[in-house]
Amino acid sequence: MRIGVFICHCGSNIEGTVDTASVAKSALEFPEVVLATDTMYACSEPGQDGIIQAIKEKKLTGVVVASCTPRMHEPTFRRAVERAGLNRYMFEMANIREHVSWIGKDREANTNKAVDLVRIAVEKLRRDAPLASSKFSINKRVMILGGGVAGIQAALDCADGGLSVVLVERESTIGGKMAKLDKTFPTVDCSSCILGPKMVDVAQHDNITLHAYSEVESISGYVGNFQVQVRKKATYVDWSLCTGCGACTEKCPSKKNPDKFNEKIGPTTSINIPFPQAIPKKAVIDPTTCRQFVKGKCGVCAKVCPTGAIRYDMADEIVTEDVGAIIAATGYDLFDTTRIPEYGAGRYPDVITSLQYERLLSASGPTGGHIQRPSDGKEPKNVVFIQCVGSRDKSLDRPYCSGFCCMYTAKQTILTKDHIPDSQSYVFYMDIRAPGKMYDEFTRRAMEEYGARYIRGRVAMVYPKGDKLIVRGADTLAGTQVEIEADLVVLAAGAESAKGASKLAEKLRISYDKYGFFMESHPKLKPVETNTAGVYLAGSCQGPKDIPQSVGQGSAAAAKVLALFSKDQLESDPQISHVDIKRCVGCGKCIMTCPFQAIKEVEFRGQKKAEVIETICQGCGVCTSTCPQGAIQLSHFTDNQILAEVNALCQS
Amino acid sequence: MSEAIAYYPGCSGQGTSKEYDASTRAVCEAVGLSLVDIPDWSCCGSTPAHTKDHTLSAALSARNLQLVAGMGMKLAVTPCPSCLTNLRNATHRMEQAAFKSKVDKLLDEPYTGGVDTQSVLQALVEIVGIDNLAAAVRTPLKGLKVACYYGCIMNRPPEVMAFDDCENPMAMDNILTAMGATVVPFPLKVECCGAAYGMPRPDMVGRLSGKLLEAATLLGADMIAVACPLCQMNLDLRQGQVNRTLGTNYRIPAPYFTQLMGVALNIPDAQIGFDKLCVDPRPILSKALTGAD
Repeated sequence: MRIGVFICHCGSNIEGTVDTASVAKSALEFPEVVLATDTMYACSEPGQDGIIQAIKEKKLTGVVVASCTPRMHEPTFRRAVERAGLNRYMFEMANIREHVSWIGKDREANTNKAVDLVRIAVEKLRRDAPLASSKFSINKRVMILGGGVAGIQAALDCADGGLSVVLVERESTIGGKMAKLDKTFPTVDCSSCILGPKMVDVAQHDNITLHAYSEVESISGYVGNFQVQVRKKATYVDWSLCTGCGACTEKCPSKKNPDKFNEKIGPTTSINIPFPQAIPKKAVIDPTTCRQFVKGKCGVCAKVCPTGAIRYDMADEIVTEDVGAIIAATGYDLFDTTRIPEYGAGRYPDVITSLQYERLLSASGPTGGHIQRPSDGKEPKNVVFIQCVGSRDKSLDRPYCSGFCCMYTAKQTILTKDHIPDSQSYVFYMDIRAPGKMYDEFTRRAMEEYGARYIRGRVAMVYPKGDKLIVRGADTLAGTQVEIEADLVVLAAGAESAKGASKLAEKLRISYDKYGFFMESHPKLKPVETNTAGVYLAGSCQGPKDIPQSVGQGSAAAAKVLALFSKDQLESDPQISHVDIKRCVGCGKCIMTCPFQAIKEVEFRGQKKAEVIETICQGCGVCTSTCPQGAIQLSHFTDNQILAEVNALCQS
Repeated sequence: MSEAIAYYPGCSGQGTSKEYDASTRAVCEAVGLSLVDIPDWSCCGSTPAHTKDHTLSAALSARNLQLVAGMGMKLAVTPCPSCLTNLRNATHRMEQAAFKSKVDKLLDEPYTGGVDTQSVLQALVEIVGIDNLAAAVRTPLKGLKVACYYGCIMNRPPEVMAFDDCENPMAMDNILTAMGATVVPFPLKVECCGAAYGMPRPDMVGRLSGKLLEAATLLGADMIAVACPLCQMNLDLRQGQVNRTLGTNYRIPAPYFTQLMGVALNIPDAQIGFDKLCVDPRPILSKALTGAD
């Protein structure tokens, strides 16, 4: 073997604390190394050309680059050696930036460590073998999880691009949080008027299959060939017969149940259609309150339903959908405002959340769009808005900014003035964050044209006095304490990851952060990709986002799927496990430990043997360390290679 | 149950809040909580000590804690929230070795640790329990409407005091409900009464305590039950001062919650000590109790 070693300066990133020339000099002493040199930027075009030229001139058969993390540039260098005529797996990378130069300042120690890492890479390379990918066909269907505005946008863009789309929604209607909003900032246009047509498009698009009131049960397979089990929860109504006429909801005698769609500020019936523009507009029975289920008798809805659609004996149903890619667009939930007891949410009925206030403003809400206090139905005159409730608060483990609250609060003060001209809004804020197009102008309009009084400071407590609420807080600009007599207090609840987000992430085999938000592949350059091939993100499941950002991500994720599906076949990764059938004793331990169900039991001449399903194997190597016989070897990471690396390190 | 617990009465229990001390002792005896006096206990240093020097303040508390350890006991209770704050803050701060070594230098012997401290209120709720308290009632306080006022430091800061909800505590509410009284949803349970500013800034105490009296009145409470000697003084002794400052005419009794418990548990008047209060609760109490019959 003829090995070439290239030590990268990475400008001063590596050269600053590692003597790269001396690393190169030491590398020349390693077995089979015929060339070792340092280079300014190995990843740059001249850097890559230098590697290619050296391969040709020195007739190299393998290359080591010592530079940054392989997560960054391994694909770059593999393509470079391939351009020079080598197999792309005859290449090894030593990470002397993240693992050396960035973490230590001692130049001598760093140089020694870099030499060791290069020595290890050379020993591994000496045992590398050329590997070849195989091709596999893909299923050009995409599943989108979540029918909020991000998921809707992704579904429509994929469907318009000719893909077959399966949209899965947990609630009985799509629309998500946006469907609950009255108006949207900064244009104050009606939320359901702009979202409604998109929802209708979803319902009518030939390429979209909608599973509403459904959740993902399990996911198996891999990019191009996922199998998703979807649990269609029992609605107790045969949706193929239900026309959405609403006769059942009018006659249902159980009328005092908290209405989830109205954020529990209004009552609803046990059989319910969430709102007039619901898609699909179908009824669902809540068995926890329905008299037929709770008391065993009632049956009113079954009697009044003109199409005979009621099915009290309905059970959940599992359907399997085969898809080639998945977009997670599962959105967010609101911070539980009762966690801040001094604001009184949950104790005082006239302390409500911002989303509850949206329902009070909405014409389809429980008060028909008239702002009324939940306690006595009176129209409030003084409305106090408190910002950052569950945002930017380390003590609550919510240190992040939810991003959209400053804007929707400004909108709500404008709408309050529109609804009640003699009202006065007060906003307690920390900072006003309005960096979008026309956003800052909007918050200024709330103050200057609509007279909202902005008070910079936190609220210490809210307490009732007679039928008013006293809001006591600090005015940090004036340096005084302020007390405001409010008729209604609206808490700008921050965004949290959606309930159950972490469980879904585990089913999707994607990462999530400590707050439950899904992790993108790269925070700047791969915002809608994940580290699992074929799984993409859109909207607030990745972090709090407003409507324009969510829609943008929906389209971005759709573009990624369309690009993925532009090929008929994908290349498989050849770095997978293989069973040496002569050594395998058929104990089945590998089958039990494989996290991807990629190993199956087969019969070979009457004996049990393990067999790796090549397309499913992810090359994690768990089976190779499990196998008591050493019968499974992971290509490119064989036991011999790893032992050679250990030897190289220990003998240095 | 007769559990023996070290008892730290605090200085005010020897003077301005004698009736709190006496009723606490009588109530605890009646419900089977046996209090053992700490021999040779000394003042916790009150506000002046911790205002001047945290180490000195902690040393004053640590001396008393060490006396409790010498009694072979693991728990001390005190009726006074201010004493409790000093005792618990001292314990909290002494978790840091550097601070503890400074404190130990001021002591005759180093504090050996392991003594927990609680308010009498907490001991009644957590050691005796609401059910046992309810079972001990002889004269239910039927018809009496009470606003329970805990004061600002009984539950705060929560990481030090570690008792009940720091914004909306319910321990006293639950006890007096068990005694048969009706408690009103008093929103200012943990608001400041003005504390020690009664002398330098009577106007400030007038405003702050006035707010408490107003809120209790608006809710129709017959009296305000209190748990802190200083709060009691501001609400009761200074009620006239409050009225002068605000031009109001409040006349609401502010007895200690242990005194009201004493009535429900049929404890002799001498130990309840209503005669030590400025606004006498007895007329309203007897009116409420007879009216309910």
